[in-house]
Amino acid sequence: MYNNSIPMSVIYLLLTISIVIAVFFFVVFILSVKSGQFDDTYTPSVRMLFDDELVKEKDQIQKTTSKNKEE
Amino acid sequence: MTDVSACFHCGDPCEADAIVFDEKNFCCNGCKIVFEIFSENDLSGYYDLQNFPGASPKEMEGKYDFLDNTAIAEKLLEFNDGGTQIITLYIPHIHCSSCIWVLENLNKLDRNIKASQVDFPKKTVRVTFNSEGISLKQLACLMGKIGYAPYISLDDFQTEKIKKDRSIIYKLGIAGFAFGNVMFLSFPEYFEVNEFWLDQYKTTFRWLMFAFSLPVFFYSASGYFIAAFKGLRANILNIDVPLALGILVLFVRSTVEIIFDIGSGFFDSLTGLVFFLLLGKYFQQKTYGFLSFERDYKSYFPIAVTRINKNGREEAVQVNEIKKADRLLIRNDELIPVDAILLKGKARIDYSFVTGEIEPVEKESGEKIFAGGKQVSGSIEVETLKPVSQSYLTQLWSNQVFDSNKENSFTSLTNTISKYFTISILSIAASATTYWLFVQPALAMNVFTAILIIACPCALAMSAPFALGNMLRIFGKLKFYVKNDQAIERLAKADTLIFDKTGTITANNKSLVTYEGITLNKAEKSLLKSTLRTSGHPLSRILYTHLNGCELVKLSDVEEVVGQGIQAKFNDQNIKIGSASFVNARNIQNNLQTAVHIRLNEEYKGSFLFQNEYREGLSELFKELAPEYQLAILSGDNNGEAANLKKILPLKTSVLFQQTPEEKLNYIRQLQQEGHRVVMVGDGLNDAGALKQSDVGIAISENVNVFSPACDAILEAGKFKELHNYIKVAKGTMTVIKMSIAISFLYNIVGLYFAVTGQLSPVVAAILMPLSSISVVIFTTLMTNILSRKLN
Repeated sequence: MYNNSIPMSVIYLLLTISIVIAVFFFVVFILSVKSGQFDDTYTPSVRMLFDDELVKEKDQIQKTTSKNKEE
Repeated sequence: MTDVSACFHCGDPCEADAIVFDEKNFCCNGCKIVFEIFSENDLSGYYDLQNFPGASPKEMEGKYDFLDNTAIAEKLLEFNDGGTQIITLYIPHIHCSSCIWVLENLNKLDRNIKASQVDFPKKTVRVTFNSEGISLKQLACLMGKIGYAPYISLDDFQTEKIKKDRSIIYKLGIAGFAFGNVMFLSFPEYFEVNEFWLDQYKTTFRWLMFAFSLPVFFYSASGYFIAAFKGLRANILNIDVPLALGILVLFVRSTVEIIFDIGSGFFDSLTGLVFFLLLGKYFQQKTYGFLSFERDYKSYFPIAVTRINKNGREEAVQVNEIKKADRLLIRNDELIPVDAILLKGKARIDYSFVTGEIEPVEKESGEKIFAGGKQVSGSIEVETLKPVSQSYLTQLWSNQVFDSNKENSFTSLTNTISKYFTISILSIAASATTYWLFVQPALAMNVFTAILIIACPCALAMSAPFALGNMLRIFGKLKFYVKNDQAIERLAKADTLIFDKTGTITANNKSLVTYEGITLNKAEKSLLKSTLRTSGHPLSRILYTHLNGCELVKLSDVEEVVGQGIQAKFNDQNIKIGSASFVNARNIQNNLQTAVHIRLNEEYKGSFLFQNEYREGLSELFKELAPEYQLAILSGDNNGEAANLKKILPLKTSVLFQQTPEEKLNYIRQLQQEGHRVVMVGDGLNDAGALKQSDVGIAISENVNVFSPACDAILEAGKFKELHNYIKVAKGTMTVIKMSIAISFLYNIVGLYFAVTGQLSPVVAAILMPLSSISVVIFTTLMTNILSRKLN
C-alpha cells in the first residue's frame, strides 16, 4: 500500500504543476492579445532598433560638448 | 546640365538655386525649415536612419481650422479628460523607419505631447497630449510643419469607433493550447499496453482531455456550427455542414466513450481538427492595414469647410450641416463637397478623383461646379445648390447596389463540392450502418459515428484557404492587392472585362507632348525650362520634365497669372508661356487639344500639345485578352478619342462614350443578367457604382496610399499590363485547389476503409487527420509558389 501511494501522488502533483504552468502561459497569451500586441506586428520590430540609435546620438553630443570645452 | 544634387530632406532633385544650409542642399525653403526644426530639437537622427526620408511641407493656412470647433474635435478624439487628450491620426506620408522614429519623438518638439505611438502598417500615429498646452489644431499644424500632415476625412467622423475583432486569434490560441495538451495526455494510450500504471491513471487523463476540449468545442468551433446552421436554414449544404457534423459526432462519441469507459475517445483528433481549420481561416485573412476596400466618397471628402455667414464672418462647419444657399469659402487645395455655383474668384478644378482626368477644368463665376473637385488656384467663394448627400456624385451611393454584398451571392468551389460530398458521405454512413445492423448490431453505432468522424472534410476545407491565402500574399507582393480569397475565385471565373478610359487605360502622369511651331534653340529651351520651374501648374510640371537636358538660368521678374500663364525676364529677353489669349496668339488651328503657347520677346514661337498617353502595354494586353474575353470600354468623356482608340484596340472591343456613373453600373448589370461574369477595371469615384456592381471590381491606382473607391482589388498602375497574367494565375490557383481536393479525397477513402470495416481506433484518426491536413498545406503552398513564378 505504501509502495503504491507514493508514486501515485507524485503523478498527481506533476499533473497539477504542469497544468498550472500551461494555464499560466495561456492566460498570459490571452492578456497579450487583449492588450493589442497582435494588432500591429511590424512597428515594434523597427522600434526596437531605435534604442541603439538614441544611445549613439547621446554619445556624440557628449563628445562634441567635451570637445568644445577643450577648445 | 547643372549639378543635380538631391535635396537632403526629401530627395527631390534641386537645381540652379538650391538652398544651401549647413553644407547641405535643399530643394525648397520648406524642406530647409523642417531640417532646421529637427536639428534644433535634437532630432537629426531622422536623417541617419534613412536617406531622404522627408516630404516638403505643404501650405496649410486654415486647413485645420475646423479642429477648433469642439463638436468636431470631440468626435475625432479617442479620449478626452482632465486636459489629457488622445487622438489617432492617419498620416499618408509614413513610409520608412525614419518616419516612425521622428513621430515617436514628437515630445521633443513640444513638451505638451506626452507620448506618440506609430502603427506602421496602418500608417497611423496615436498621440497623447496635454490639451491645455497644445490644442488639437496646433498639434495637426505642428505635424504638417514637419511634413507629416494628418489626413482627416469625413470618414473619421463616425459616431462609433469600430471595435477590433480579435476573436480568430483567441479561438486559434485556445484550440492550439488544448490540442497540445490533449496530445500529451492521449499519448500513453496510443500504445494500448495493458500496463498497471496506465490503467490506474487513464480515467484522470481522459477527464482532463475532456476538460481541455470543452472550450474548443463550445468556443473555438462555434463559428462552424453557426455557419452550418445558417447554411441549412437557407437550404444550402455548405462545407460547414459536414464539418460541424464531424465535430459534433467527435465530441459526443468521445464523451460517451469515457463516461462508459469504452475507450479513450477522439479528443486529440477533435482539438487538432479545430486547430487546423482555424489555422486555415487565419491564414486566409490577409489584411492590408494601409488599404481599405470599403471606401466611399466619405473617406475623400473633408470633415468641415469654411462657411461665410450672413455677417461676412468665416466659420468652420461640418459638411453634413451645409444647407442650400450657404456661402462657402474654398481655399487652395481644398475639396468642394457640394454642387455649387461659383460666386467669386477664379476656379480651376481638378476632377481627377472623380473622373481620372488630370487636367483641371476652368470655371468662370456664375458657372456650376460639381462636388468632388479640388480647387487648385487660390481661394474661391461658392453658393451651395444641393447639400452633400444629394449632389450629382454622392447620390450614386444611394443606389441599392451599395447595400448588397457580393460575398453572399457567390458559391465557392469548396461549397459546390461540399454539397455532393455531404450527400455521398451520409449515404455511405447509412448503408454501412444498415449492413452492420444485420451482421453485428453492436458495431453499427460505432461504424456510423466512425464514418462521420473520418469523413469530416478537414483537408478539403483547408485546400482553398491555403491556396488562396498564399496567392493573396503573392499578389500583394506584386502590387496587386486583393480584398479576400473569394475575389480570386471570382476573378478566375470571369468572361468579360470592362475598362474605364480616363485614368484607367490612360496614364495620369504621362502625357504625350508634341511641339508645333518654330524650332527652339538651346538657349531658348533653357529659358523656357527655367521659367516652367517656378510654376506648380500640372502642365508646367509635365513640360518641365519633358525638357530634360537643358541648363537652368537665373530669371528676374517672374510673374504667374493664375489660370493664364507665366511670364519672366532673363537679361533683355522676355518670355510668356500660357494659354492662347495670354500670349496673344492669333489664328490657332487646334482648339480641342490642350496646348501651352510660347511667346519670346515679340515673336510667337509655337505651342506644345498634350495628349493623353495610353498605358504601356495596353494594346498588347487587349490583344492577349481578346480571344478569351469579351471586352468593352466605358468612358465618361466625349468621343474625341474614338478613332485613336479603334486603331490600337482589337476590333471586337465595344467602346461607349459619355457614360454617366449610373449608366456604367446599368451596363454591367445588363451583362450580368445575360449570364456574363464581369470584371470592371476603373479608377475614379464615378466608377464606384460599376466597381460595386461587377463580379470583381479592380481599382487602378497610381499611388495605393492615396485613394481608391470601394472595390475587390487594387492594382498599382505600373502593373496594369500584367493584368492578364494575374487572371491566368488566378485560374491556375483554382486548378491547384481541385488537385488538392483530389488528394484529400484519397485520405478520406483510406479513412473510410477503416471506418466501414469497424476498425477505426483513435490512433488511426489521430494520424490520418493531421497527415492529410499537413500534406494539403504543403501541396497548395508549393504549387501556388510554382505558379507565381510566371509573374515577375
